[in-house]
Amino acid sequence: MSRTTPETAGPGTARPRATARVPADGRTPSSDTIVEVRGLSRDFRVRDGLKVRRLTAVDDMSWSIAAGEAVGYIGANGAGKSTTIKMLAGILVPTAGEVLTCGLRPVKDRKKLARRIGVVFGQRSQLWWDLPVRESFGILAAIHSLSRAQERTRTDELVETLDMGDYLGTPVRQLSLGQRMRAEVAAALLHRPELLVLDEPTIGLDVLSKQRLREFLVRERAEHGTTLLLTTHDMGDVERLCDRILVVDHGRLAYDGSLDGLGRTVGAERVLIVDLAEPRAELAVPDARHLRSEGGGLRQHLAFDPATTTAARVLAAVSEQADVLDLTIAEPAIEDVVRRIYERATTSSS
Amino acid sequence: MGDLLRPYRAVLASRIRAQRAYRTSFRADLFGTALVGLTEMAEVIVLFSAANGTLGGLDLMQALLVFGLAELAFSNADMMFGHVDSLAQQVRAGTVDVLYLRPQPLLAQLVTSDISLRRLGRTALAVVVLIWALAANDIDWGPRAVALLALALVCGFAIFCANFVAAGGLQFFLLNAEQVTNAFVYGGRHASTQPATVWVRGITVIFGFVFPMAFCAYLPAMLLLGEPGADWLPAWLGWFAPVAALWAWILALLAWRAGVRHYQGGGG
Repeated sequence: MSRTTPETAGPGTARPRATARVPADGRTPSSDTIVEVRGLSRDFRVRDGLKVRRLTAVDDMSWSIAAGEAVGYIGANGAGKSTTIKMLAGILVPTAGEVLTCGLRPVKDRKKLARRIGVVFGQRSQLWWDLPVRESFGILAAIHSLSRAQERTRTDELVETLDMGDYLGTPVRQLSLGQRMRAEVAAALLHRPELLVLDEPTIGLDVLSKQRLREFLVRERAEHGTTLLLTTHDMGDVERLCDRILVVDHGRLAYDGSLDGLGRTVGAERVLIVDLAEPRAELAVPDARHLRSEGGGLRQHLAFDPATTTAARVLAAVSEQADVLDLTIAEPAIEDVVRRIYERATTSSS
Repeated sequence: MGDLLRPYRAVLASRIRAQRAYRTSFRADLFGTALVGLTEMAEVIVLFSAANGTLGGLDLMQALLVFGLAELAFSNADMMFGHVDSLAQQVRAGTVDVLYLRPQPLLAQLVTSDISLRRLGRTALAVVVLIWALAANDIDWGPRAVALLALALVCGFAIFCANFVAAGGLQFFLLNAEQVTNAFVYGGRHASTQPATVWVRGITVIFGFVFPMAFCAYLPAMLLLGEPGADWLPAWLGWFAPVAALWAWILALLAWRAGVRHYQGGGG
């Protein structure tokens, strides 16, 4: 691999990170790099009638993640997120390029790597559906060769912080989705991995379950320094969990940077929609933009950048001016954000 | 060693507990698999009575000895390896990916991911038939006969297990074509219960040497009975059952490795 790898792939991408994480001269990464991806590509052969087409799921990507970071890996369906994760975990072999996870080659050192990473696939379970949660944890402890003492301390810790005490004896098939996701996350963390990869962890969860899971992940990262890499369609996950975002589009890296940078560059704004007691003229609120009014001013849409202000502050400012009866907050759709990044990239390169 | 096996023991123990938890349905399953075995046996008996009691140089009790040996080895293999044959379903459900996240070899995990205790119904029937056939036939009992019996059961078990593993390996390629692998897994099981003398040449090559089903029961049984065997498959070949088992496992592991490589996309 002699080709130089710029920090962000694709032309005209959003601002590069201040500190380059991948040494452009191809030096071996320092020991605090936990994932290192260089020129990574993956093709699939797709049978289309009698013809066989090649489909590029991941296209010449280069980036790295330092130990302790929390990185959101976002993109539309089919952008290549799951393919990348499978290559990081040693499930898929890259077509070209290199991956190092925890300094190991994932396919060759899969068994060693399995002791050092935890992966939660939102759609496929690690647990045994017909066993109580507690027994699934016991088996996983045996699989990861934890001693009885390690097993007990770690299980107790996870049960307490994830609030699973009520349903430890319940068979997995009887759990609600929120309960099951917490158990899945615990299962992936039982062997104290350095890197936790979450593939759509909050998909289908109600607001409260999402909130609980996010709080736990923040805490786990603070207490154990666990590196997080998560794919998601939920801007809320990204805002509350990640300090860095990688946006992929058509298998290429379209953005690498912070959330506020993303908000600034493509306007990933949230919208506060307030229903007022009486019709009002356009509200003027600091750090928020009036988008439009409905019902002669009874309902007003205010856009704000979550990096500069909060929904609570915008609401407080509105409440000073008018009586608020009801409110909703619209999150920007990841698809919109990605589309706008893509549009920027294609217009600036042409 | 004990520590090395702990992961597998933990999973298998949980599978056994789960199956015993539903006693009524477990008993019904036991009965069901015994009934399947009984149907297979009835087929042999009907065939022999239609052929006036002899077929391919064997009489009914001799044929039941072949049947009992094959059936016992197969039901044990099916109990411990049978689920490897449903790999295509697991690939579709995504459960195979989960195995990649655990620090054990993939095949070892897959084999120990389940055990079908309900097959014990069929095993029990096979034991009864085998004892009946051993008693009814004229066998020169001694160390040689005991060794042959053990050889047949162990190698037969290994060959049937190898077929399941080969089927699993191929199902990485043939995600929607389990019938293809059924042809040699269940076709092979069926062939192993027959006297090889009735096989046409093509079948003799396929189930005598490619998938060495004749070594599971027919050849050792001919040695036990002092019968000459078939064309291309003389009885003395029965002593080479371990070689046949080794061959079956080489094929199976090659198929498995090609399948895994195909699945991971590293070329195969």
